[in-house]
Amino acid sequence: MKILVPISQVPDTTAKISFTDNDTTLNTAGVSFIINPYDEWYALVRALELKETGKAEKVTLIHIGPAANDATIRKGLAIGADDAVRVEGEGDSSFVAAQIADYAKNNGYDLILLGKESISYNSAAIGGLIAGDLEWDFVPLATKLEINGDAATLEQDADGGVSELEAKLPLVVSCAKGMAEQRIANMRGIMAARTKPLQVINAVGPDTKLTTIKSYQATPGRTSCLIIPEDNIDQLVDILHTKVRAF
Amino acid sequence: MSVLVYIEPIKDKIKKAAIESVSYASQVAQLLNTSVTAIAFNASEETIKEISNVGAEKVLNISDSAITTINIKSLAKGVIAAAKEENVNVIIFSFDGSGQSVAPYVASNLKAGLVAGATELPKVEGNKLEVRKNVFSGKASAIYSIESAFKIISVMPNSIEIASNPKSAEVVAFAPSTDLKDGVQLKNFKVNDDVAHGGVPLPDAELVVSGGRGLKGPENWGIVEDLAHALGAATACSRPVADADWRPHHEHVGQTGLAIRPNLYIAIGISGAIQHLAGVNGSKTIVVINNDPEAPFFKNADYGIVGDAFSVVPKLTEAIKKIKAN
Repeated sequence: MKILVPISQVPDTTAKISFTDNDTTLNTAGVSFIINPYDEWYALVRALELKETGKAEKVTLIHIGPAANDATIRKGLAIGADDAVRVEGEGDSSFVAAQIADYAKNNGYDLILLGKESISYNSAAIGGLIAGDLEWDFVPLATKLEINGDAATLEQDADGGVSELEAKLPLVVSCAKGMAEQRIANMRGIMAARTKPLQVINAVGPDTKLTTIKSYQATPGRTSCLIIPEDNIDQLVDILHTKVRAF
Repeated sequence: MSVLVYIEPIKDKIKKAAIESVSYASQVAQLLNTSVTAIAFNASEETIKEISNVGAEKVLNISDSAITTINIKSLAKGVIAAAKEENVNVIIFSFDGSGQSVAPYVASNLKAGLVAGATELPKVEGNKLEVRKNVFSGKASAIYSIESAFKIISVMPNSIEIASNPKSAEVVAFAPSTDLKDGVQLKNFKVNDDVAHGGVPLPDAELVVSGGRGLKGPENWGIVEDLAHALGAATACSRPVADADWRPHHEHVGQTGLAIRPNLYIAIGISGAIQHLAGVNGSKTIVVINNDPEAPFFKNADYGIVGDAFSVVPKLTEAIKKIKAN
């Protein structure tokens, strides 16, 4: 059983977001980039745990983007993935998913584990798009995953509770908090990552974009906070009651 | 050629987010001079009444008790069959529950451009639709243009007003010729402790009371729960609190937890790091209670009290109870 872990590159969680070129491009000045936390902390680490317990033979990273992103891919190799593939190209989520689906199909992967969403575009779309491309079953928002042969048992966040599920491989699973604990790459991992295979392949499929982004706008901050004295709680209660209509 | 809207299988009562998506579909249909057809699974009479009140003129209802919200592939196949049956080219989902996962599966099959989590109605620009959604975890928004012939939009819950538009919906029993089965099976459903004890589920909550490290330990959560109970609010927490297992992971709101957009968010003992704000800045009103006047959250709140949570919060709870009792 081989696991494919798609990773996207996103601005660091502490990054301040602004735009250039008439609000059409992310301003990357002073922004450092990381692996999308849901992909790294939950999907990749759970994939590695499955390999360490003998449930999987191999964990491969796949990333769609330019050569400049290789440093981010190497971080994933340093945490413990066996090898990586970078698809040269850029596009919307349908394009990205098509690359991942094509690679998985042609290289015999049985399980695709990815984060529930990226913290850059927050569309939570890649998992469903890949599953649709491959016509595989899809379990989103999983918080637990065990594999036995071709059987998977999972837990999934649901409204007001947790669903306990069974499914069969091949399968696409998107991972939410609870799936695994973040790992920090150690020096040995970082050294090993330098020589692990990172294959670069060309993109497949149509170049036509189904969606484009016309412009961005930074979210305006709240203009002013009304500070209410500690001994005047009734003022806050009155605001919550009459203005916010909370009760 | 109508606008199609997806209604997920419903366990109890239809969710507000589903009604919002039908109302959104109805407003899109008005822009395109057409009508709204809903594709529903095991819909009750009550559900049909609720969605026809906000504009659904026709309901294709698939009756198959084996299909529930966990069966993403089955649900997607049902929607694809309905889209072909009705010859539609715009489909609306809720960015909530199964909708956010079924939408991309359908988009893949129909080669449709998808905007996931739209916060406004679209603008019609020739053959294109332009619509805004949040990006960078709410730190920004972007206007997307959907350029493909088939167009899919999922609607961010709690971002549009529900507009009454009563219709008398025609209900059609729909049995697609394709096999709808998939391989995902529900073995058990564990109700979260807070919900089992009468609490409000967090993702849908209109009112949320949240606690952070300032509360010093899990044993002090009573004041948060009491305030939430008095308001009828859900409880939430910051990342360090969930990581320390003071509270369950499903309560963690922030950039790497759950993103929420309630009408009211009360943050108690939370400093307001940029990662936390990313998960809550869609809230309509934010109230911050913190003993540190320099806490960054005060710069991103509507109302603030600088004071000790252990004295302020119980007083607030009592005052709310008093008004509610009258």
